[in-house]
Amino acid sequence: MGRTLAEKVWEQHVVRRADGEPDLLFIDLHLIHEVTSPQAFDGLRMAGRPVRRPDLTIATEDHNVPTVRGPIADPVSRTQVETLRKNAAEFGIRLHPMGDAGQGVVHIIGPQFGLTQPGMTIVCGDSHTSTHGAFGGIAFGIGTSEVEHVLATQTLPAYRPKTMAIEVKGALPFGVTAKDLILAIIAEIGTGGGQGYIVEYRGEAIRNLSMEGRMTVCNMSIEAGARAGLIAPDETTFNYLKGRPHAPEGEAWDAAVDYWKTLRTDDDAVFDKVVEIDAATLTPFVTWGTNPGQGAPLSSVVPAPEQFGDPIERSAAERALEYMGLTAGTRLTDVEVDTVFVGSCTNGRLEDLRAAAEILQGRQVRTRTLIVPGSMMVKLQAEAEGLHEVFKAAGAEWREAGCSMCLGMNPDTLAPGERSASTSNRNFEGRQGKGGRTHLVSPQVAAATAVTGKLTAPADLV
Amino acid sequence: MDAFTTHTGTAVPLRRSNVDTDQIIPAVWLKQVSRTGFEKGLFAAWREDPSFVLNDPAYTGASILVSGPDFGTGSSREHAVWALQQYGFRVVVAARFGDIFRNNSTKMGLLPVILSPEAVETLQKAVEADPATEITVDLGAREVRATGETWSFEIDDYTRWRLMEGLDDIGLTLRHADAIAEYESERQPWLPKTA
Ligand code: SF4
Repeated sequence: MGRTLAEKVWEQHVVRRADGEPDLLFIDLHLIHEVTSPQAFDGLRMAGRPVRRPDLTIATEDHNVPTVRGPIADPVSRTQVETLRKNAAEFGIRLHPMGDAGQGVVHIIGPQFGLTQPGMTIVCGDSHTSTHGAFGGIAFGIGTSEVEHVLATQTLPAYRPKTMAIEVKGALPFGVTAKDLILAIIAEIGTGGGQGYIVEYRGEAIRNLSMEGRMTVCNMSIEAGARAGLIAPDETTFNYLKGRPHAPEGEAWDAAVDYWKTLRTDDDAVFDKVVEIDAATLTPFVTWGTNPGQGAPLSSVVPAPEQFGDPIERSAAERALEYMGLTAGTRLTDVEVDTVFVGSCTNGRLEDLRAAAEILQGRQVRTRTLIVPGSMMVKLQAEAEGLHEVFKAAGAEWREAGCSMCLGMNPDTLAPGERSASTSNRNFEGRQGKGGRTHLVSPQVAAATAVTGKLTAPADLV
Repeated sequence: MDAFTTHTGTAVPLRRSNVDTDQIIPAVWLKQVSRTGFEKGLFAAWREDPSFVLNDPAYTGASILVSGPDFGTGSSREHAVWALQQYGFRVVVAARFGDIFRNNSTKMGLLPVILSPEAVETLQKAVEADPATEITVDLGAREVRATGETWSFEIDDYTRWRLMEGLDDIGLTLRHADAIAEYESERQPWLPKTA
């Protein structure tokens, strides 16, 4: 019987297999940031263990960094970043600190350097590591104990998750983005729908996505509960990688491409579960609640809790509406927003900024609008194209790279009761600041919303 | 980590679903570089509400959390596990858990127990009716026992053994250093290096 892509990549990385034990899996790339690593390095020090493969490890500062120029004001945040610097120096790990041209959100810099390649295993102490699966590898988030384990051994003991195919049939209609697609998928299968699975996204609509769109989709796999999400590599993948600093060159490139071409699910392979989505029916999508599965088409209304048959979902909807300050039956396009955030590892790449700029060109924003590039490189490229001028002329704030309002560990937060349209990935209670209310949207909807002050589809702008 | 064999204690009913790790411990608490002191951050936003169940003195000293489904979804922050443990919890019972949270728990010796939604409901009702209700979680027998009823739960043999022995994963893996070295010698030459 044939094998799925996930099975192929997994098998390629098994260091040791024994009956009744998890597989010991080799890790090709370990990404580190300041938040989930300090206790892991402490553990190494206490046990007197070195980092086994500093040459397969890379660190950056992202979660705590301010997005206005200057030092970190909060002493606790500063200590955490300084701790990473000390640890990186002590253990010989390459670090891209604040201000460095290579700095940025951990899931943006890996692909940007060409470090994320097809067929690899990639981990990071961060659940959105699933982003890297867009290149056709297995990439997943781990906790701090596992970070320490990978630092010490470059391996992880793990059971192979089951496999799920999400088949997106047909083409996305004009104006419907990768973000709308993944929000619709999560609303369909639920926040627990992917638990215990590696999801392979397949089908015409997926193949037609750019690498950046594929990263947006894979990024949010975790919001459906999946361990990882991946997409088979193809010419789009190879073209993206070619010429990047860490991509293979010359003969090595040819050998790599030959191997990468084998990284696809065999025609006779069987997935443990298959979900089909009809792309042609999709429209711009937003969340109305406090988990990413609580979403609906922007053209619809805030749902009534009674619509949910399951009592647990019903009470979750009741709670969510109360927290969000929303009334059932309100048209989503009537929901007024105070702040718009464009950025994060979901939608903080150049393509996302271009999409927002196209809409803001020649228009004025009515809300506080933060445009935060996902990395310094994205920032420099955007500035080379003049996008920053478009944003500034529209009245938006053009910031330095970092996680920013995605989780509000730095000063970019919502005040209690404030409402945002955000291109990030989590609308949890308090995620963007205590009492803050988050609607997850695409960069296009974010930009159109900034213009009108209400949740708005770009097509509805005059 | 401490070994886990059998634990008997009282329980807190948490009648919420999708208890994401941002709720278990909000991001401001993640700035710490130590491994201690997280109990104060546990459910920090929810605890500001005086009617929140953890503020009910009837549940003081409880060591088992019985939650609605999809507990520990979202962020990979192991701080969520540390906060629960440091607050005094040894076990979390729910019908479904976020995968990363479940992994993190078993690395730290906090036992995640998956029971059916009906069993969770029975337990929640029992401890709501009488907060002094004792629940026994027997990892050896893979059983939860309370109010004269017994429910079995599943956990793989390897994780159970590791928890019952209180073993450190890294030490176990380093026994296979030769296998790792052999694998490393056969990796494709084009694979990227950061340095
Ligand atoms: S941008 Fe947001 S989701 Fe992505 S790594 Fe940073 S905090 Fe996490």
